[in-house]
Amino acid sequence: MVQLRFFASLRETLGTGEELLELPDGITTVAQLTAWLQTRGTAWQQALADRRLHTAVNQSVVRADAPVQDGDEIAWFPPVTGG
Amino acid sequence: MIRVQQADFDPGAELEQLTAHCAGRAGAVASFTGLVRDLNEGAAVSRLVLEHYPGMTEKVLEALAAQAMTRWQLLDAVIIHRVGPLEPGDRIVFVAAASAHRKDAFRACEYMIDTLKTDAPFWKQEDTPEGRRWVAAREN
Repeated sequence: MVQLRFFASLRETLGTGEELLELPDGITTVAQLTAWLQTRGTAWQQALADRRLHTAVNQSVVRADAPVQDGDEIAWFPPVTGG
Repeated sequence: MIRVQQADFDPGAELEQLTAHCAGRAGAVASFTGLVRDLNEGAAVSRLVLEHYPGMTEKVLEALAAQAMTRWQLLDAVIIHRVGPLEPGDRIVFVAAASAHRKDAFRACEYMIDTLKTDAPFWKQEDTPEGRRWVAAREN
């Protein structure tokens, strides 16, 4: 299983902040997982198409070609606005 | 030392503690306190809610304080950031650095707050007369 997490405006758009998922067969990178999630419907397709989104694996920001594997925590979020 | 908390903090007490911790060795203690403004992008802001990524936030802030400690000659560094509901005038963020000399303390503070703004997973949502909106990130 992998733990998915979505934050801020993305969490609101998708209507969920976290989800446990059995990593689908053949998915080995963040980009592949993002593309797989986008097949869930228009809301997912559009929300995850935003190129400004950041992704993190196990709480470290990574690029889209970063590997994902069973047990990982994978997060998508918009540009940060703290401070 | 880093902290992420809902509660307010007392900059005076934090500075006193930092100073006491480095007593005798520190020749300079510098700090920055960030406040919630009542106007953003032309709209009056009545309330702000800060969301964050628990776990990652702490990791990023720890790494940031550690980076500041290695880039400059610091005796100690402090980062405090609030989360949850806030109002205009409220303190939101605090960074401080103690050093033998002022330049290192000043530069470390600027580095910590600048990098926090681009790297730490916090998101502001604000209430304005036109409704609730997510604050857009600056392009640079």
